[in-house]
Formats: sequence, C-alpha cells, structure tokens
Amino acid sequence: MEAVSLFFTSFGKSLPGTFAQGLIWGIMALGLYLSFKILDFADLTVDSSLATGGGVSAILITNGVNPALSLLCAFGAGMLAGAVTGLLNTKLRIPPILAGILTQLGLYSINLHIMGRPNLSLLGKAGVLSMSNNTQAIILSVIVCVALILIMYWFFGTEIGNAIRATGNNEKMARAVSINTDAMKVLCLVLSNGLVALSGGFLAQYQGYADVNMGRGAIVIGLASIIVGEVLLGRFTNFIVRLTSTIIGAIVYYVIIAFVIQLGLPSEDLKLLSAIVVAIALAVPALKKKKVKAQLIKAVAGEE
Amino acid sequence: MLTVSNVTKIFNPGTINEKVAINDLSITFHDGDFITVIGGNGAGKSTLMNLISGVYPIDAGSIQLNGKEISRLPEHKRAKMLGRVFQDPMMGTAADMEIQENLALAYRRGRGRGLKWGISHKEKELFKTQLARLGLGLEDRMTSKVGLLSGGQRQAITLLMATLQRPELLLLDEHTAALDPVTARKVLELSEELISEAKLTTMMVTHNMKDAIAHGNRLIMMNAGKIIFDISGVAKQRLTVDDLMHEFAKAGGEDLSDRALLS
Ligand SMILES: Nc1ncnc2c1ncn2[C@@H]1O[C@H](COP(=O)(O)OP(=O)(O)OP(=O)(O)O)[C@@H](O)[C@H]1O
Ligand SMILES: [Mg+2]
Repeated sequence: MEAVSLFFTSFGKSLPGTFAQGLIWGIMALGLYLSFKILDFADLTVDSSLATGGGVSAILITNGVNPALSLLCAFGAGMLAGAVTGLLNTKLRIPPILAGILTQLGLYSINLHIMGRPNLSLLGKAGVLSMSNNTQAIILSVIVCVALILIMYWFFGTEIGNAIRATGNNEKMARAVSINTDAMKVLCLVLSNGLVALSGGFLAQYQGYADVNMGRGAIVIGLASIIVGEVLLGRFTNFIVRLTSTIIGAIVYYVIIAFVIQLGLPSEDLKLLSAIVVAIALAVPALKKKKVKAQLIKAVAGEE
Repeated sequence: MLTVSNVTKIFNPGTINEKVAINDLSITFHDGDFITVIGGNGAGKSTLMNLISGVYPIDAGSIQLNGKEISRLPEHKRAKMLGRVFQDPMMGTAADMEIQENLALAYRRGRGRGLKWGISHKEKELFKTQLARLGLGLEDRMTSKVGLLSGGQRQAITLLMATLQRPELLLLDEHTAALDPVTARKVLELSEELISEAKLTTMMVTHNMKDAIAHGNRLIMMNAGKIIFDISGVAKQRLTVDDLMHEFAKAGGEDLSDRALLS
C-alpha cells in the first residue's frame, strides 16, 4: 500500500516536468504534422534538424547572444536543413525517405561543427525557460504552442497554404491547376524543419544542454504524438483541433513514458518501447481494414 | 491555335522496352476546333495529350500554343493555359479537400498565389451557381470533402474546374470511360454544353465511335503514334461507324478495341 502511494507521489512530482517536455516536443510534432500529414512526406531529416536547432541555440547563448534571438536562429537553421531535403527530392529526384536520410546523416557532422563538441552545457547561462522553473516553462510553452497553432491555421487557409495541401493530397491535380508542386514541397519541408529546430532550441534551453544525439528517434516521437492525438480526438476534423490534438498527443506520450519509467523500465529500453508502440499504432488502420474485409467476405459467403 | 510539329516521343530508348509512342506527328488545332480522337489501345492518344500538357518532355519537334513555344515549359506553367480532365475520376480532384476548396484552387489556375485567404465570399457565390447547373445538388454540399462523392460527381466537378478559368485548350482523355452509362452520358452532355458555350478549343479522346462522330467538328484517328485519318466539317457529319471501321482497316491498324466494336 505504502509502495503504491509512494509510486504515485513521485510520479505526481514528476508531472510538471513531463508536461513541459511534452509541450516542447509538441512543437516538433507540429513540424512533423506538416511534412507527414499535410505533405504526405516521411521526412527523416528531423532526427538531425532537432539537434541542429538545439546546437545553434546553445552555441549562440554560450557566446552571449540573447536566448530568444538564438531561437530565431535555430528556426532559420532548421529551415535550411529542410530546404536541402526538399531540393534533393524535387531537383535531383531522390525519393523522400532517402533524401531525408542523406540530409540527416550530413547534418550530424554539421551539428558537431556547430557545437564544436558532441555535448554543450548551458550551465550557469539563463535561457528563456528552464527545468528549474517548470511552471514558467509550461506557461511559456503553452503560449508558444497556441501562437504556432493559430499561425498555422491562418497559413493553411491562404492561397499558398491551400496549394501546399493540394500538393500533398493529389500532386497530379495540383499541377493541373498550375501549382508549382516542387516549390510547395520545398516550402513545406522548410517550414516543417524550422519548427523542429525551434523545438530543439527550446529543448536545449529547458534541459540546460545540447547534445548531438538529442534528436535520435524524434520522428518516432512525433509520429507517436500525431497518432495518440488522432486516437484521442480523431472524430473532430477541424484543423485547429487536429493541431491541438497533436500537442496533446505529445504530452500524453510523455506522461505514458514517465509512467513506465516510474514502473521501473530501464531507460535504455525506452526507444524500443516507443518503436513498438508506434508500429502497433501505425498498423491499426490496416488491421482494421483487414478485419472489415474478412467480415464482408464472410457475410457475402454466408448469403450465397 | 495549337501547332504540333514533327513531334516524336520514344519511351525507354535503347532498351528492349523501347517504344515509339508518337512518331513524327504534326497537327494544327484551329481556334474553336472540337476534335474527337479515336484509335486502338496503345495508339498514342494519351501520350499526345501528356506531351501537350507537359507530363513528359518531347524528344523531337515543337509544340506551339497561340504562337508561344510551350514544349520546354514545366507542366505547371503549361497548366496556366490548359484545362484537363483525366480518365480516372480520382485524379482530377483533391479528395481530402472540400468541394469549394477544390474549385477555389482551380479558380486560381494561371494566376499568382499569395497570402490572401484561399477562398472569398464572392467566389463562394460564383461556385454555388456553377455547381447548381450540374443538377447534382452539390451546391448545398460545398463544404463536403470531395472524397465522399461518387466518380461521376467528381468528374463533373473536375470538368467545371477545368473550365472555371477559360483554358486556351481543353484536354479530355476518355473522361467518361470509368463512369456508368447514364452518368457518362450526363457528363458528356455537360462537356458539350461547357465547350459550345465558351467556344473552347477542345481535344477529346474517346473509345466510343458514336460519341466521336456525334460530338465536335473534327475527328482524328490515331494508330502507332501517327494520325492516320483527319476529317472535319460536312464530311465529318456524314461519317458512320462503318466508315470509321473501314478507314481503320485500310490503314492496316490492328483491331480497334473491343469496347469500340461493341459500341
Ligand atoms: N510512361 C510510359 N512509359 C513507357 N511506355 C509508355 C508510357 N506511356 C505510354 N507508353 C506506351 O506508349 C504507347 C502509347 O500509349 P498511350 O497511353 O498513349 O496509348 P493510348 O492511345 O492512350 O491507349 P489507350 O486507348 O489504351 O488509352 C503504348 O505502347 C504504351 O505502352
Ligand atoms: Mg489512353
């Protein structure tokens, strides 16, 4: 009995930090929503562009640059990374997955160059948020998330935003209505990786260090957030709800992770667990279809 | 006016799969021409359309639309001047977007796109009246996702989209082939209406010889990447299905498709 109550007290204590983390990763999930959901492009760049954002922000802060300004630079650096993947795909006709992997691999070296070492501590340097003040971190990230959702909602209602959606939905049709689909893909990947890097910048400041490996598995975390969000709020098709549910998905994902860690799962097994959870979640629609099909076949066979 | 001069297209050159799809083909479409195109499977009808619209580059020759060389332009730039409807009803619309959003996208064909709102109130009114004339009740479902509609409804919308901004050339590639006979008839009537109303220069591929004869002012027959028969005016009006079969046999073409024989 005492053990259970102890478990929940310490789990409860960790919740504010978990929330803050979920919100920050939620920004990255929003970025992934752009490429994965809107453009229908599985962009593996994110595993490195997250660290690019973290690295840029950290090195700038170490050099005395204003932390908020460093976030803007992180966003810009991520945009560049997205542009590379976009150009590899559209101009050189390299398939999406491979284009993302190539940028991701190349960026790893670039990230090391940016930071000058694999791990850069921000000890003693103030950021815009920090894990030592979770309330403030949560308030700030909520404001950032809400602002981003509103901007994205506006943008995807504009002519260019609609052109990007059409490109992701039906490329042939998009070109037939004179949309430059290559340009739209590059633009979408630019914005997507900008957001991912921004999230990396926030994360570095929050945890107090940037690490060249901080984005390892980011795509899986982003997908998990999107999927969890869909499971929870999938019946609403409104775009604002979709984006919000992605952030909520990220938070829920981190709460679950915190819960399993509290249960005693060794942290080295976390990535394996994430991969399994996402694989199952991605398989659900296919499995459902199969089941429906099997039922149909049965029903038809029964009638004959 | 569209001028196709000595255009050749070879797929997979230098391999065992080499295929001369269009062979030194030349043709001029005059303004207001409504040309129906027939020919057996693999004759090169779709390829000709795809070369005009820029889906693939040409290997030789030139294509000029109203005096402008378009054969080097990318597909999306040529689309500014072209209206297109594909055989597959799923191809012409964005399934996950609303009916009115699809129309708004088409309404911006050939114009710049910026950060203005993607659809205005005035446009919604316009789309409503345009949809109403389809007689499918779609004017009351403007915010429905296109993916929820039937093939015929989607094809009717695609047709509307292709003509919302007047195209210099309208390309219809067997755009009724995937529809049931009643719907096919409706969509074809709608095409005829839109084309004659705006006097659109049109190229319509069909496997139905009766339709090819009944519609348009000019008919061409293709075989093995060439135009083997080109007839217009009064002579075209007098044409019968038997005449066409005869012409086809004369040119040494393989059998016209089963679909054509049945019709
Ligand atoms: N992308 C491609 N790659 C290789 N070969 C192609 C390609 N597109 C068409 N072909 C070949 O070119 C030839 C002409 O094809 P096309 O699709 O133009 O015929 P079609 O007249 O439209 O026939 P159908 O009545 O069956 O639609 C065919 O032999 C076809 O196999
Ligand atoms: Mg064809």
